[in-house]
Amino acid sequence: MSYHNPYTPPRKSATFDDYTLAEIRRAAATGIYDIRGAGTKRKVPHFDDLLFLGASISRYPLEGYREKCDTSVVLGSRFAKKPITLKTPITIAGMSFGALSGNAKEALGRGATIAGTSTTTGDGGMTDEERGHSQTLVYQYLPSRYGMNPKDLRRADAIEVVVGQGAKPGGGGMLLGQKISDRVANMRNLPKGIDQRSACRHPDWTGPDDLEIKIMELREITDWEKPIYVKVGGARPYYDTALAVKAGADVVVLDGMQGGTAATQDVFIENVGMPTLACIRPAVQALQELGMHRKVQLIVSGGIRSGADVAKALALGADAVAIGTAALVAIGDNDPHWEEEYQKLGTTAGAYDDWHEGKDPAGITTQDPELAKRLDPVAAGRRLANYLKVMTLEAQTIARACGKNHLHNLEPEDLVALTIEASAMAQVPLAGTNWIPGKGGF
Amino acid sequence: MCGIVGLFLKDKSLEPELGNLLSDMLITMTDRGPDSAGIAIYGGTAEGRAKITIQSANPSADFEGLAGDLEKAGIKAHVWVKSTHAVIELDASKLADMRETLERIRPAVRLMGSGESVEIYKEIGLPKDVVARFGVRAMSGTHGIGHTRMATESAVTTLGAHPFSTGADQCLVHNGSLSNHNNLRRELVREGMTFETQNDSEVAAAYLTAEMAKGKDLGQALTGALDDLDGFFTFVVGTKSGFGVVRDPIACKPAVMAETDQYVAFGSEYRALVNLPGIEDARVWEPEPATVYFWDHDKAA
Amino acid sequence: MPIFDLSNTPLRELNSALHALSQGANDTEFEVVNPRGSHAVAVGIDSPVTVAVRGSVGYYCAGMNDGGRVTVHGSAGPGVAENMMSGTVVIEGDASQYAGATGRGGLLVIKGNAASRCGISMKGIDIVVHGSIGHMSAFMGQSGHLVVLGDAGDALGDSLYEAKLFVRGEVKSLGSDCIEKEMRPEHLEKLTELLERAGVTGVRPEEFKRYGSARKLYNFNIDNADAY
Repeated sequence: MSYHNPYTPPRKSATFDDYTLAEIRRAAATGIYDIRGAGTKRKVPHFDDLLFLGASISRYPLEGYREKCDTSVVLGSRFAKKPITLKTPITIAGMSFGALSGNAKEALGRGATIAGTSTTTGDGGMTDEERGHSQTLVYQYLPSRYGMNPKDLRRADAIEVVVGQGAKPGGGGMLLGQKISDRVANMRNLPKGIDQRSACRHPDWTGPDDLEIKIMELREITDWEKPIYVKVGGARPYYDTALAVKAGADVVVLDGMQGGTAATQDVFIENVGMPTLACIRPAVQALQELGMHRKVQLIVSGGIRSGADVAKALALGADAVAIGTAALVAIGDNDPHWEEEYQKLGTTAGAYDDWHEGKDPAGITTQDPELAKRLDPVAAGRRLANYLKVMTLEAQTIARACGKNHLHNLEPEDLVALTIEASAMAQVPLAGTNWIPGKGGF
Repeated sequence: MCGIVGLFLKDKSLEPELGNLLSDMLITMTDRGPDSAGIAIYGGTAEGRAKITIQSANPSADFEGLAGDLEKAGIKAHVWVKSTHAVIELDASKLADMRETLERIRPAVRLMGSGESVEIYKEIGLPKDVVARFGVRAMSGTHGIGHTRMATESAVTTLGAHPFSTGADQCLVHNGSLSNHNNLRRELVREGMTFETQNDSEVAAAYLTAEMAKGKDLGQALTGALDDLDGFFTFVVGTKSGFGVVRDPIACKPAVMAETDQYVAFGSEYRALVNLPGIEDARVWEPEPATVYFWDHDKAA
Repeated sequence: MPIFDLSNTPLRELNSALHALSQGANDTEFEVVNPRGSHAVAVGIDSPVTVAVRGSVGYYCAGMNDGGRVTVHGSAGPGVAENMMSGTVVIEGDASQYAGATGRGGLLVIKGNAASRCGISMKGIDIVVHGSIGHMSAFMGQSGHLVVLGDAGDALGDSLYEAKLFVRGEVKSLGSDCIEKEMRPEHLEKLTELLERAGVTGVRPEEFKRYGSARKLYNFNIDNADAY
């Protein structure tokens, strides 16, 4: 009697999946770690796991239009002589000229200005174009100090001391050789064509006690006019927020691991830093314990994509949010329009992240003038403004449905969670229950 | 993060001024550490006598009738109450008994320090308030160290304040942030050390005590610390007769020293030293990284 | 001449007075007394004003100086003349760590010793130290000149770019990618000029050695991984 084996489907390993196998081969072949842009790509607990309760018999919604839902926010009320007022709590996060093309920076400035919000410079300094196109400009003060100078400090609207960012808390900035064009090299005072290494600590202070003195110096140089932000990646948000407050910050900026970068090691992006969702409540708790909630403002970034994300971040206690990756997508990054070229680069629209190679078909994360020409800053600016307005309207719609006349009146109690992780991180109950892991019932 | 000050007197005539000088130094460092402050003063030794400093969250309940209760337990002692702290002065031979007895009759009380010479006072609050609360200005002594705290990764509590004392007459203050203190704490617990907090600085203090219990002197223990402790640190350490300073090899946290014929002083910033007598002519320098500096009354400066 | 006594005048008044100077203002000489280790003294100067500070200062004295001439008759804390754009800063005593950090131009003269990280991340500043400097000096120095008459500590010029370092005394150790380089006529000329501007006499440029980047870390190569 013959025995005939039934078909066995080939089984791939979850641990050694296709990405992992390819990466091992790549490392063996090249002898260099993988460098890429963007934030974490793997699935982590996020705002998708939270839901708003909306209105019901016990809670009444607001009508649209006439029954106002205010979206404005004031940043820097603690110490600055000239705090910033924005029409919407959605700001544009720091991204450098050098990582982005001049046209892209211009587009961001135009769009933000139409929408009544701010943009932020990046690791390379302030360009005249960005100052010209952006009505409200936040100037980053980074470990590298590329391009740092007092004139730009004084013509900025706010100063953001960068301790770290979500994609790489503890890492420096990287801008590999291909993107150091003449202009970038000049601004950064570096030889053209080299791989730029950046320091991970500030050159002239370490620790919150010395940060306090540095912030005081920056205030003295700018005659106490500008709000001073302190930006950290998602490491120890409870302590980091408390220390930023004690060091004298006006605003704390918290960037979770979904936050993007121009270029850093993939291993860093995927394995260091916490999801944005895990950062917010500890930071808010620190502010509340110090009696500083709403007095020192909290800006949250890393994976903000829609008005729902905005509303959820604010409900958990943030005062504003920042978008980076989403803003780039709005102006055309990773657009299917260029699919043929993405394929030639060995990737596809939506997955392209080798931004450090400077070959971006969309003309955004590149210094190549031919590619950069593809981005029309005026049209792209309009797209960004549209997107910002849509997100603002979405947030307002949700807030009204929850009975709020100001986005800041959203509370954690307006939310429930779909998963245990999200429930524990956001400290809101699992939907349909009154259970928060670690906290028992209400 | 924090501010540290230290003063080691060579000139005995300055001893009555010790508390006053240290208080000014400490208050100048307030910006670096608004959360809590602490001071260790060495002085007032007498042959065969020892001191214990204790702290209570409920001073009236715990300190009321304490001397009487101790006598009933067979220990004759003087008790001086200073706000939330009390200094118990007793026969040195009764020191071990005292700790056991205190655990029995006043279990809520915490031990701040003990030994022949040291008194340790620490509380949450601004340096000027802490200094006033304990009457530090009036204290005299041979040397002292002080600390103002900006808590980094552990809570703002009395126990979390520095100086940390983990052995007789030994205490430590720290500016910086250790990165392997959790592993080290677990090892030290296995070696028999006990801990009151999750604070990294307490681990450093316990490490030194453990090393000295194995026979090393302070200088050797501090040298060992350079290898065994990871992170950023400037330590100022007090012992019965001396005062030590060490910075980690990277040496990012600040440290300024000043020396005259009358004293050796330490401050996190030069500002802390400006009111010291003769500072204009003092030798002012910054300690080198990974180098142990030590001054000892017994070994004659 | 405006005199600011920092023992009874807020620092704000000094710095805002310095910032308020317009072109052709009459008072271009300032004196600051009793600084007593204060931080951020005379920061953000942006006109050709002269400031004499009588005493020792804390952190960031003359930070971001652009065109001023600041003399400290005492010692300076961490970060003196940080990010200086142009002008001159003279420290009669010693300077603490990060002296001249990320400086982009101008001249910083330290008559005593400077501590660790002197000239860290320098971007065009010229620094002349009559005494010795500490470890990790000129770390990631991009451009400018560091001249040291005394000794240098460990890891001089670690991760150096194009800053030029001249040391007359002993160098305890060199940092990653920093090597001794040939002294050519143009270097001797530059050194002569710097020594003159810094008021140094009694030494000859030939007594110095030049150090610069080996440029092996300019483009990433896995075989250099040990250097990181």
